Amino acid sequence: MSDISFVRTEMLPEQAPPASSVGAIGWMRVNLFSTPLNTILTLAAVALIYFVLVALVPWAWSPTWNATSLKNCREILAELGREGHFSGACWGVIQDRWVQLFMGFYPPEHYWRPISAFILLGVALLPILYSDKVPAKMMWFTGLYPFLMPLLLWGGSVWTPVMVLAGFVLAFLVYKFLTEQTGELIGLIAAVVVAVLWWGFFASALAGALADIIPVGLEPVDSRKFGGMMLSLTIGVVSIGFSLPIGIVLALGRQSDLLIVKALCVGFIEFIRGVPLITLLFVASTLLNIFMPPGTNFDIIMRVIIMATLFASAYMAEVIRGGLAALPTGQYEGADSLGLNYWQAQRLIIMPQALKISIPGIVSTFIGLFKDTTLVSVIGLLDPLGLSNAIRADSDWNGVVWELYGFIALMFFVFCFSMSRYSMYLERKLQTGHR
Amino acid sequence: MTTLTDPPKESFRLSMLIYDTRYRSMTIQIIALIGFLLLLGALVSNTAQNLATLGKEPSFRFLGEPASYDINQRLLEYTSRDSHLRAAFVGLLNTLVVAVLGCITATVLGVLIGVLRLSNNWVVARLTAIYVEIFRNVPVLLWIVFTMAVMIETMDPPRAFKAGDATMSLMGSTAFSNQGIFVPRPVPADLGWVLVVVLGLSIFAISRLRGRADKIQESTGERPGIFLISTAVFLVPVIVAYFGISAFASSNEQVFVARSEANAQNLTAFSDEIGKIDYCHSSGKAASLNGLRFLQENEIAIKRRNYFNRSATVTAFEEGRCNLIAVPASSVDSFIADLGQSDTAGEENKTVPAAVIQAEFSEGRAVEIEYPAISEKGIPRFEGGIHIRNSLIALWLALSLYTAAFIAEIVRAGILAVSHGQTEAAAALGVRPGKIMSLVVLPQAMRVIIPPLISNYLNLTKNSSLAIAVGYMDITGTLMGITLNQTGRELETVLLTMLIYLAISLSISGVMNWYNERVKLVER
Repeated sequence: MSDISFVRTEMLPEQAPPASSVGAIGWMRVNLFSTPLNTILTLAAVALIYFVLVALVPWAWSPTWNATSLKNCREILAELGREGHFSGACWGVIQDRWVQLFMGFYPPEHYWRPISAFILLGVALLPILYSDKVPAKMMWFTGLYPFLMPLLLWGGSVWTPVMVLAGFVLAFLVYKFLTEQTGELIGLIAAVVVAVLWWGFFASALAGALADIIPVGLEPVDSRKFGGMMLSLTIGVVSIGFSLPIGIVLALGRQSDLLIVKALCVGFIEFIRGVPLITLLFVASTLLNIFMPPGTNFDIIMRVIIMATLFASAYMAEVIRGGLAALPTGQYEGADSLGLNYWQAQRLIIMPQALKISIPGIVSTFIGLFKDTTLVSVIGLLDPLGLSNAIRADSDWNGVVWELYGFIALMFFVFCFSMSRYSMYLERKLQTGHR
Repeated sequence: MTTLTDPPKESFRLSMLIYDTRYRSMTIQIIALIGFLLLLGALVSNTAQNLATLGKEPSFRFLGEPASYDINQRLLEYTSRDSHLRAAFVGLLNTLVVAVLGCITATVLGVLIGVLRLSNNWVVARLTAIYVEIFRNVPVLLWIVFTMAVMIETMDPPRAFKAGDATMSLMGSTAFSNQGIFVPRPVPADLGWVLVVVLGLSIFAISRLRGRADKIQESTGERPGIFLISTAVFLVPVIVAYFGISAFASSNEQVFVARSEANAQNLTAFSDEIGKIDYCHSSGKAASLNGLRFLQENEIAIKRRNYFNRSATVTAFEEGRCNLIAVPASSVDSFIADLGQSDTAGEENKTVPAAVIQAEFSEGRAVEIEYPAISEKGIPRFEGGIHIRNSLIALWLALSLYTAAFIAEIVRAGILAVSHGQTEAAAALGVRPGKIMSLVVLPQAMRVIIPPLISNYLNLTKNSSLAIAVGYMDITGTLMGITLNQTGRELETVLLTMLIYLAISLSISGVMNWYNERVKLVER
């Protein structure tokens, strides 16, 4: 026997992978050129990007920031030897009008008011959005914010929001007292009646009287001066804020066993969801004053906010209904077995979980409504789109398209995109993984 | 011994309405109902009171009154003398047109982009993600208004086409102008409908052939090749019919009838006598078109008056809105005899002077193509062809691109919802990637996709009401726009518009839910 062994006794050293499967080339082979179809797609996409950039970059690189009119822009570009329709952007229009696009015709000396209102909105939202990082005591500020915001934006006597707030306090006290004395239902009904009576008959008179004695307040700003992004934000935020409680009530009503309540809620929700927002805005601009008692005259922004609230609350109700439906039945039964009554169960067990599940839906409803606020330009309010029509009608800027709409689109994109990213982050954070 | 006593029989006490859960729900419901009725009553009484103060009794009688405004895009015959109701109906059709067009393009684009977004091609996946984010996060109204503004500001006006600064695209057949796109219009001869019938029969026959092939495949496992035979079934009858009808139509001699007292025998004489010829042109008739071509060839100056169909053209001729019309030579006597006898003609048009002008032209081919052309005289504008208006394009394009972004996300979610094992199992069976997508993944993904797709179709339809921002005459633009402004009937018009949209929404969701029921996975 020979002692030649055909079995390898020592390991070979590891070899580097082939150059074509590592590094940039390997990545490209896998991700860009794996099949003929993929190669074609890649080439087409790269060509598209190339042509868009070749058209866009020289156009956008245009030293026209200080131009005062479109003609002026053309002159500046002509001096540089650039002629023609797409020779360069006319950024002067943005420089000239960006403040207006954000603030509308709000008096410049009061710009701090909307700015602080929106900063405080962020503060008020903190305990809801980042409940784990912010002290729970902050909720008090969140509760007070709805009364602070109209004061900051519209101005007027400080007593009006205080009296409205007093109505809530009064209703709560009545509810608390009567619930202990008699029963919850009577307490609830009496509280609603008392609050309505208070707002209807006493609040404004008392606020007027108090304002005469101690005149504290901010200078009133007319609704007509609202405009631009600030108007969109105001309508969006106020409508979503109001639509949340209404939506919760509607969702509960739609889920309830009470036949009449359910029918009313379903009818309302389906009606609102079946018609376009623009028809509701037409109701706001032409019909709402006919529906109101003779002599009442809301200003147009108020009317738009009312209709936008009704619109958003129907969508909100469906979002929350989804949240309610996603809760396992065990949660309802658990609440029952603890002996909680309906409202206690809702408040302590059901709603906290259902709302948590529906936060992404609520955020996307808000994004939708925020985008839809541009529709108010159709009924003549000066939101960014309404202002863009006014700017394009101005003889200085007649003919400006890309720069202006690009800027407005960017404004909306920044808001909506960041909100949608936040909602995706929430979705990941809230996924507790027990399903 | 113990005695069992019945529990004391409860008598109904008033407080049980509040404390007893059995009765409490009734109490709550009745209170809710009373509250609702109070609210409704207050609304109705306020409305009645306010309307009485304004002196407007609610009534729908205005719908029968003449609308006296024009609608620039109409699928039905409509003139400004028609009623508001008809105007609203024309508007409703326009809404449906843009909604259907939008839904189709949005679905095609959305599915394409949704699938591409999942592609393993890095560049394409990023590019489609950017598309989706850009379109989802910017208001649709902005897209609509922007598209409109871009078309108006950057495309060439008809003036430029006349001056020769701009040329027509696609071999001179289509004009992209700032007034919209003008495309060639196929104009069928009188028997043109036969072509459609033949085509329909061919398609039916092909579907039967396919059904037979499916059956054979199922029983034997081998699919008979039907490509050639179906191509033949599709093409041969249509071609035969086309040439048959063309032969018939080209032998169909036509003459002109002039609205003239004098018995003018030729066109030049008539032109000299009357000074200005208004030619009655019915846009859907090959004979009309060939008459027009004949006049142009003989260089007779005319003004062309377009009417929606043959009967509208004849009415216009009777009423003297134009003075020349093309009529088949075979029926010219009965045509002249019938002039002024129809019910639509007014008293003053009972006697219509008519003279036959002999001219050598025929009906032409089965389908004539009418190309748009810039007008020779007057303000430069395009004549002939189909005018796709700016407003329709802006609305259609913006709505499709916007909704496609949402549909893409739905499609992506649907495909991701199909378990990866399905793809792997199909691959293990040796199915090719493209077939895996169409045969295994998409059919299962459909069940996840359809319900949100329905709501996106609804959104698109509702968003089509933004037409009012670019002047597209849909139901919002007609009924809730001009009719409202002209009659001042806010309550009736807005409520009617809402009801119409509600009906559209409910029927779309009804149809789509029915479809959803059909394709839904049936579980035991």
